[in-house]
Amino acid sequence: MASETMANTIVKTETKEDVARSLAKKMRPRESLIQGFLFICGAISILTTVGIVYELSKEALLFFRDDRVTLVEFFTGSQWQPAIEQFGIAPLVLSTLVTSTIAMFVALPLGLASAIYLSEYASSRVRSILKPVLEILAGVPTVVYGYFALTFMTPLLRNIFGSDVVQIFNTASAGIVVGILIVPLVSSMSEDALHAVPDSLRQASYGLGATKLETAVRVVLPAALSGITAAFVVAISRAIGETMVVAIAAGAGPRNFEWSDVTQNYSGTPFNPFTSAETMTGHIVRISGGDISYNSIDYNSIFAIGLMLFFITLLLNVFSRRIVERFREVYD
Amino acid sequence: MMQGNYALQAKDLNIYYGSFRAVKDIELNIHTNKITSFIGPSGCGKSTLLRAFNRMNDLIEISHMKGSIEYKGKNLYDSDVDPVEVRRRIGMVFQKPNPFPKSIYDNIAWGAKINGFRGNMDELVEESLRSAALWDEVKDKLDQSGLSLSGGQQQRLCIARTIAVKPEIILMDEPCSALDPIATLKIEELMRQLQEEYTIVIVTHNMQQAARASDYTAFLNMDSSDRAGYMVEFNETNEMFTSPQNQETEDYITGRFG
Repeated sequence: MASETMANTIVKTETKEDVARSLAKKMRPRESLIQGFLFICGAISILTTVGIVYELSKEALLFFRDDRVTLVEFFTGSQWQPAIEQFGIAPLVLSTLVTSTIAMFVALPLGLASAIYLSEYASSRVRSILKPVLEILAGVPTVVYGYFALTFMTPLLRNIFGSDVVQIFNTASAGIVVGILIVPLVSSMSEDALHAVPDSLRQASYGLGATKLETAVRVVLPAALSGITAAFVVAISRAIGETMVVAIAAGAGPRNFEWSDVTQNYSGTPFNPFTSAETMTGHIVRISGGDISYNSIDYNSIFAIGLMLFFITLLLNVFSRRIVERFREVYD
Repeated sequence: MMQGNYALQAKDLNIYYGSFRAVKDIELNIHTNKITSFIGPSGCGKSTLLRAFNRMNDLIEISHMKGSIEYKGKNLYDSDVDPVEVRRRIGMVFQKPNPFPKSIYDNIAWGAKINGFRGNMDELVEESLRSAALWDEVKDKLDQSGLSLSGGQQQRLCIARTIAVKPEIILMDEPCSALDPIATLKIEELMRQLQEEYTIVIVTHNMQQAARASDYTAFLNMDSSDRAGYMVEFNETNEMFTSPQNQETEDYITGRFG
């Protein structure tokens, strides 16, 4: 350090060479070391993603290469019965769609409303109590939510709609509880977005004689839209990927159906939220937990389902980015 | 001076943040259709006092006040007064231009809409932008974001937005502090035009601005003993700047402190 101090001291009599030497580029090993470390951290997450996609694609390819599988059947078939070599993914995808949709109907309004309340209405005292409570809710293990669905939500639904209508395992119960599970996620991310809206916009709104509600809904909310959409997308991805709750409460077998049932026998399709139906994640976890042999077609099929899940969430991400770009209100 | 020609009357006004008294013992009359400026060093409570006039201080959780502000004989702080209604009659323009991240058109229309405006919106937008001397500059790009304008234009947009609500009084909190001298001059000219229809109260750091652009001036200073702001002197601007009654005022306006 002493020599550096010397070098930095400006001597009046220094020659041109002295100046050049003191201004010369210096090795800063600590800087490069830390930069390298940070790069590796970033690279690891990207490499992991690449690795996952590679592994999924590799195993899925084995599945699609198999003679007993056709792509047309995979995408259009309405029966998923590996035992008799029927591989139509629709029953699994539709069940996932139903649970996720129900979950979003619960999570988005509740999460957004609580975010608006926390960010715009709550006094600092109330917020200091409510935020940690929400975070605790986010910390509850999902298996607990699963049994909450099975032992609380399902009986509740059966009481309301009748136990002849609502089966013990059903997608409504699982969907509602998945929704509750992701409320903290939606509300915390949305609240961050709302909070980031500059106070000057609120002041401007109040200064024009706007009420609290008008300010929150028509000034702050639109300005935070991009952050809120991001929250929604993460929440949808989470709902689609959620496994434990649906594995426990939604049912342990694909809800196979005929396409004609959709119009003629609605209650026999996965669209009926009160019957049991296995989702994509639920199916994967059940099959991989069972005793099936490595490299069998059953085994490979779950990678194809996994790949499908991956593409659905990817598509959602791309799609929502587009929406955000179009509708966001840029401040600053 | 004619009695009853006051737009606002502050009586024995004290404003607190928690236990700290920010402004004390203000007795002040704001004349109708005149421009009144508040000058004084930083931290003397000018902005706090200004924000008391349309109850913007209500938005700060820890602030409260004692005394009264009368508007046409009604105390704005009576328990049966709705602060939202107060702000509809007493509009505000802020220090940093803060247009909404909406189109220029919507920036103007929004305030009118929430205030239940039923007439021709296009006309109102044009009229408000004309009053704010901004129409010619933006008439061809009303659908662009208000934030695409320059700082001075943004501030005039904020003024236009305030006018569109048709208040009686406009409060301006250092409206030119973020603007260059030319934009500042434009705002000052605009204030002079608006004065015919509105009562204007302006907080400024710039003494030349107060001298140029206001009819009445209040000089506030901070009491060094309790750090509370108090009003040193209030007078017609010409009087204040040519023959200040108080030594503190003279020291401040001649640049000996502040």
